[in-house]
Amino acid sequence: MTPRPAIAEPRWARIVLCVLALVLLGLFLVLPLAAVFTEALRRGWGPVWQALSDPDAIAAIELTLLVAAIAVPVNTIGGVAGAWCIAKFDFPGRALLLALIELPFSVSPVISGLVWVLLFGAHGWFGPWLQAHDLQIVFALPGLVLATLFVTFPFVARTLIPLMQEQGRSAEEAAATLGASGWQTFFRVTLPEIRWALLSGVLLCNARAMGEFGAVSVVSGHVRGETNTMPLHIEILYNEYQFVGAFAVAALLALLALVTLAAKALLERGGPRGSLAA
Amino acid sequence: MSLELRGLSRRFDNAQALRDIALQVDGGEFVALLGPSGSGKTTLLRILAGLDFPDQGEVRIDGQDMAQVPARHRRIGFVFQHYALFRHMTVFENVAFGLRVRPRASRPPEAEIAARVRRLLERMQIAELERRLPEQISGGQRQRVALARALAIEPRLLLLDEPFGALDAEVRKGLRHWLRALHVELGLTSLFVTHDQDEAMELADRVAVMQAGRIVQFDTPARILDQPANGFVAGFIGQAQRFAGRLTSQELIFEGLPLAPLPRALLLGEAAAGAGQGPAEAFVRTHEWQATPGPGNAVLRSARAAGGRVQAVFAVGPALIEAEIPPGLLEPGETCQLDPLTARVFLADTPFATG
Repeated sequence: MTPRPAIAEPRWARIVLCVLALVLLGLFLVLPLAAVFTEALRRGWGPVWQALSDPDAIAAIELTLLVAAIAVPVNTIGGVAGAWCIAKFDFPGRALLLALIELPFSVSPVISGLVWVLLFGAHGWFGPWLQAHDLQIVFALPGLVLATLFVTFPFVARTLIPLMQEQGRSAEEAAATLGASGWQTFFRVTLPEIRWALLSGVLLCNARAMGEFGAVSVVSGHVRGETNTMPLHIEILYNEYQFVGAFAVAALLALLALVTLAAKALLERGGPRGSLAA
Repeated sequence: MSLELRGLSRRFDNAQALRDIALQVDGGEFVALLGPSGSGKTTLLRILAGLDFPDQGEVRIDGQDMAQVPARHRRIGFVFQHYALFRHMTVFENVAFGLRVRPRASRPPEAEIAARVRRLLERMQIAELERRLPEQISGGQRQRVALARALAIEPRLLLLDEPFGALDAEVRKGLRHWLRALHVELGLTSLFVTHDQDEAMELADRVAVMQAGRIVQFDTPARILDQPANGFVAGFIGQAQRFAGRLTSQELIFEGLPLAPLPRALLLGEAAAGAGQGPAEAFVRTHEWQATPGPGNAVLRSARAAGGRVQAVFAVGPALIEAEIPPGLLEPGETCQLDPLTARVFLADTPFATG
């Protein structure tokens, strides 16, 4: 006879809980995802291919990748710097900085977009100055990048802070007593110790950067082939009753997210045990 | 190497961690900083390493004031309480770190780094662990790695923060002797922090006893035991029990307890030799009692054999007194006359003595 585990629930309770979890998971996660792919492929691969090779679709895909390619590295550097400050130093305003890092999580994405319009739009604070210098931020690439940066800033920092706090400062102090400079300490000690959590944070940040809708929608201006990212392009196609096209682009976007998550899962398995405290 | 501290003070937000510390350590000495937690010993060690900086005062190493020089320019080895090994590096790379981060001009060639690391690992008796990661070795082995890593930079001074604190008792005893031998053999000058008086007394050439941010006595273990500088040291070192008393021109009177007064001639400590009178603290160690069976002031409560002697607990008036007695002298429940043979006395208003 196997010993009863100390926290064993009755058998029926375990079954009910598991079934409940699986049903909810299936209903709210798997089913919609499956629907996206089936809708896209309803008339076979031909229309899907056609929708994806449409110049506007290609422009949207390129724009999405470009925005992510700018926003993710910037937020990686910013996130590491923010997490480093918060986890390794005591300074006045530390709690405030921590709250600020989480701000994008708590405000609506629409607001995250609107602030840039208020700042840089034609009637915004810096609008006249920008116009005088012939600089376009809102309804152009810089606006899309700014909105994406704002929305995705917390991912890297939030993944790193708990881990870096748990690891403490003594490894860095040891490096200092051994003669290492600040940069040497960062690249030889701090960065390697957080590398798995960092990768996971970067991938999450990337998934969100490609998928962001609300904030980007506000600053985009919806110029087809110019300022439409993939999520915006999907919405336009859908509103025009081009369901196959909408679902084809949606399927591609979902695929990108799934690949990102799969990469993250693989990395977590490959990383040393316990290195992903976040 | 010589180390001299002058007028060192450090204040944190709401606490004075160090007050006017002065200390002189000679080359080759093994010094313990001993005190209860919160007495400032770790703060002092961190200031020596350059991991923290004093508000005031000098840290002179070979005559040069280093108080504001950051850690990486000091060449002082530091062994952290929990070792702080680099988790992602092998044992070999941990030890090599201090050599690899040197500026190119003074960095030894790869072959020499490898030779030096291997020599150190052999000296630490952990040569076979070279390729392991810190999480794959035991606590005692980690400590040796931390020590090898600190020694790799050929430090002028070696600092150890609670070097045995995280180890179990068995490993601790063995490492103590080994560390002492290493210190002598390598001709190191070392300071270590501990709250364990046995550890300090057994290992150190001199012990600095710290209390509330001050060094209250800095002396050899023997002299600290024989002549504690104040009541705090007397109470902290040795198995001494504290009694409230009053010193008169003739004798020490124990307050509130049915113990016989002790004539001044039998007392120890500066207060006994002087002419001072008034409220005093008295410290009596467990072996400084005499128990005479028969009717008297004490009842034996419990007894426990300890290496040829018996550790006994007596009820004397409202107090419990621990004393050593010969085996077979008394059974629990029996009465006796319990008398102190001597006591270390300190007048209650004695200001802090700085060793």
